[in-house]
Amino acid sequence: MTALLQILQVLNDRNWVTLGLMRKQELWVTRQRDSGEICNKPGIFSYSLLLLMVALLDGCGDGTWNSPYPANEKTSNTYYSAFEIRPKHLDPAQSYSSNEVVFTGQIYEPPLQYHYLKRPYTLEPLAATQMPVPYFEDRDGRRLPTGVSREKIAFSVYDIHIKPGIRYQPHPAFAKKSDGSPRYLGLTAEDLEDINTLADFTETGSRELLAEDYVYQIKRLAHPHLHSPIFGLMAEYIVGLRAYSKQLRSVVEPQGGQQGFLDLRKYPLAGVEVLDRYTYRVKLIGEYPQFVYWLAMPFFGPIPVEADAFYSQPGMKKKNITLDWYPVGTGPYMLTVNNPNRQMVMERNPNFRGEPYPSEGDVGDRENGLLADAGRTMPFIDRMVFSLEKETIPTWNKFLQGYYDASGIGSDSFDQAIQLSGQGEAALTDTMRERGIKLVTSVAASTYYMGFNMRDLVVGGDSERARKLRRAISIAVDYEEYISIFLNDRGVPAQGPIPPGIFGYQRGEAGVNPYVYQWKNDELQRRPISEAKQLMVEAGYPSGRDAKSGKPLIVHLDTPGGGPDDKARFDWLRKQFAKIDIQLDVRATDYNRFQEKMIKGTAQLFQWGWNADYPDPENFLFLLYGPNAKAGKNGENAANYQNSEFDRLFGEMKSMPNGPERLAIIQRMLEITQRDAPWIWGLHPKRFSLFHGWVHNVKQNDMANNTLKYKRIDPLQRAKRRVEWNQPVLWPVVLTLVIFFAAMIPAISTYRRKQRAKGTT
Amino acid sequence: MLAYIVRRILYALPILIGVNLLTFWLFFIVNSPDEMARMQLGQKRVTPEAIEKWKQERGYDKALFYNTQAEGGAAFTNTIFFEKSVRLFVFDFGSADDGRDIGYDIRQRMMPSLALAIPVFTVGLLVYITFALIIAFFRATYVDYLGVVLAVALMSISTLFYIIGGQFVVSKLLHLVPISGYDGGLAAIKFLVLPVLVGIIGGVGASTRFYRTIFLEEMSKDYVRTARAKGMAERVVLFKHVLKNAMIPILTGVVIAIPLLFMGSLITESFFGIPGLGSYTIDAIRAQDFGIVRSMVFLGSVLYILGLLLTDLSYTLVDPRVRLS
Repeated sequence: MTALLQILQVLNDRNWVTLGLMRKQELWVTRQRDSGEICNKPGIFSYSLLLLMVALLDGCGDGTWNSPYPANEKTSNTYYSAFEIRPKHLDPAQSYSSNEVVFTGQIYEPPLQYHYLKRPYTLEPLAATQMPVPYFEDRDGRRLPTGVSREKIAFSVYDIHIKPGIRYQPHPAFAKKSDGSPRYLGLTAEDLEDINTLADFTETGSRELLAEDYVYQIKRLAHPHLHSPIFGLMAEYIVGLRAYSKQLRSVVEPQGGQQGFLDLRKYPLAGVEVLDRYTYRVKLIGEYPQFVYWLAMPFFGPIPVEADAFYSQPGMKKKNITLDWYPVGTGPYMLTVNNPNRQMVMERNPNFRGEPYPSEGDVGDRENGLLADAGRTMPFIDRMVFSLEKETIPTWNKFLQGYYDASGIGSDSFDQAIQLSGQGEAALTDTMRERGIKLVTSVAASTYYMGFNMRDLVVGGDSERARKLRRAISIAVDYEEYISIFLNDRGVPAQGPIPPGIFGYQRGEAGVNPYVYQWKNDELQRRPISEAKQLMVEAGYPSGRDAKSGKPLIVHLDTPGGGPDDKARFDWLRKQFAKIDIQLDVRATDYNRFQEKMIKGTAQLFQWGWNADYPDPENFLFLLYGPNAKAGKNGENAANYQNSEFDRLFGEMKSMPNGPERLAIIQRMLEITQRDAPWIWGLHPKRFSLFHGWVHNVKQNDMANNTLKYKRIDPLQRAKRRVEWNQPVLWPVVLTLVIFFAAMIPAISTYRRKQRAKGTT
Repeated sequence: MLAYIVRRILYALPILIGVNLLTFWLFFIVNSPDEMARMQLGQKRVTPEAIEKWKQERGYDKALFYNTQAEGGAAFTNTIFFEKSVRLFVFDFGSADDGRDIGYDIRQRMMPSLALAIPVFTVGLLVYITFALIIAFFRATYVDYLGVVLAVALMSISTLFYIIGGQFVVSKLLHLVPISGYDGGLAAIKFLVLPVLVGIIGGVGASTRFYRTIFLEEMSKDYVRTARAKGMAERVVLFKHVLKNAMIPILTGVVIAIPLLFMGSLITESFFGIPGLGSYTIDAIRAQDFGIVRSMVFLGSVLYILGLLLTDLSYTLVDPRVRLS
């Protein structure tokens, strides 16, 4: 660095340093001051060199050459992270993927949020003044007294009060002319000529958040052009939403599907209404206690009509200026740079009201320093920079160099980061600890399983023969081994569909699936393979052959993938089935074709997974609910499992509050499914995340989307570490050049000798 | 010459239609509109109605090539192929499946691609020709033998190795430049140093060998022997006469590549996080976004045809004996 600065100084003083082969064919470096022999004034080459130097020095002001960030960000209060897949949608009506809610979660404020620290996951008000408590109505719309029997409930009504004084981020949609009319409405093609991004609109404005903005967004869920992924589900509950969608379609279709501004205020929705400036009402069909969880997702965030009108103007879409790419919210951050091809930047929303950091948490949070900032106003970080990184190697190395504040752990870097103790406990390696890196682990609210198609004639159905076959396979497929080999011990063997942390999951002996495991010496043990073989005999498949026909039993596994990376996994699976003499035929295909097979119900055995939408057992048990079958009904019950008792209990459990009564029903439901074994229960993955020592208030929260406001960083410590870790090493470059030019010397001498000889002859 | 150019442009039309037809056919052999919809709408809670609506809005609910429901010319025009293809010929690329305007994205991504491709192309050409000349200059010496062995070794190694190795050595061990990323304006240079270096080194083996062969062939011609017999220095013979006469075969390979520089580099851009057209194409293939795939294939074909035309025209410039007819 110092050397480069000196060179730059030399260049500025017109002292030109030239490295090259000169007339005497010697390698030399000469420094010539104002001689004019090489050059008296800078030429194109010199300017280019200067330009290159300046460009290379940009970002080197902190003593590092490899910093991907500008030098003026050296000690800025900025959080740096990466994203692998560019988000498809940032419109809260459409956005559902985890790589999208990273952004929408910080920008949009739904009425509720999850407490950052408390476990089990607990909802609390965000934009709402208090937790909404529903009241119930009968078929005639008469309010029912509390504690009335469920059969009488026809509607649930939620009145949601929002906090006054919340303001939107500065945005051109709110900019006003002197007469109070919108500054940027009715824009012509000429007006848009010099506009390429949202930042090109010079004037911005803001306004207070109103209840009507939440109502507007709920109406947008039914907009025919938006394809909201939750429309189907919400149409079953929100009164009039399905009819509303049809009504909007009848308005849009005569316009030839043109996507102009459709002012949804003109079309009332029966189940949603504004009660006053800060209150709105949502009326649901029947009882749906899980609705409050949806109120914590960006789907139910506010959308101001001004924004919809602004983005719907002709010519905006052509420039990719849409609500889908430039969100407008009231949250702690606003998206200021949206280049999904390279970088997304969120900055502190200057109009954000501030929010106190939680003062209470879970056991151990205080000891872990998670309550050190209790009561302090959030957000703590000014800016968030997310860079597109498609490959894992650069992402991991940038994390190690201190240029990303957090990282996951890929399988290729696992050994470098984590060491496992004899008891299987994961800990950081010495290299990571020396760098002050912190490891945060948690079991995800997810389940990955292998399912049997219950419509299949061999493995499916309710017969004892098929049930025993499924149980035998469940014992044979050793998921503990799978977790150890393929996941670096990052998983927990599942005993049922409900993952740890969700009500209904039971630890220890109480939670054991007795058909596959046994509890011995205070630990979980898989049943011996001899039991599986005995079950095969009882099922009529001794030694893996059908006792009647004598034909070998072949089971077909349908799975997406099939690339070289999957080969080891498939081989392992074949070995598991071979333990009980079953031949496994892996039919690998692309994801779309696999989906098609699942929808048609033609797969026999398949692999599937589910990430929780919300922390309620209903969100997992519904994966086995009969009317929710995948085949024919396009539901999420991929195994097409149907058990009348299970379905009846599901109907009861669904609307109950958490408590002993609900737990008893869930336990019964789990017993039924464990007995029937429609799934090989698989595993619940463990998440391992790494954070540098300068990142504080880190706690894994699988439910919350808006966790970045809680994080705090120490930019000075980071700047110091970066310099320490990234000092440029120049000697190998110099050595390479020296070797290259030295290697040329004998050749040049030989050539000159030949030339001289030629001249003398 | 104008008539020749016009004729070549007219010849290009059936080629472009053929390329478009082939792209369309190949794409829809592997993907159906239903699969495309499912890919875009996500994995959770996607209803058949949503898939139908998605297809309807984007015109994927029609027949692929021939609409049996329509009559007359409409049987051909009211199809996905016709509707998606015809606008390409006026360079209206339409929207990607995620709603973004493809033309806008291409314009935005062209510059990063060029920022990488132009230095690799120009500096690379300079380096390859220089190396080839040096090797030819020292022919039958250890420099020649070593150079050829090195060139064969370099061309036997995968580009991916150069990329990962370059990132490991230059960025991770020596800390000289950022490992990946991109920025606008002058700040882009520090991100481009390594990919440009890798691009040049990746091509040095094959190109140096190729140019060396050209130079050696040229050096065996009579006029070179005459020049040497006149007592000209080897340096003058090589740089003044041989280089000039070797330009035609060099031009063949070079001019055709110029228009294709716009298309970017698929792997390099992806590994170095350069938001160019190469990574745009790769992303589109992964996302099964037909709109982008067909646009990029079409653009590539147009530029390739343009490259061929430019090559033919450039012959007349370097060799007056060549006449276009």
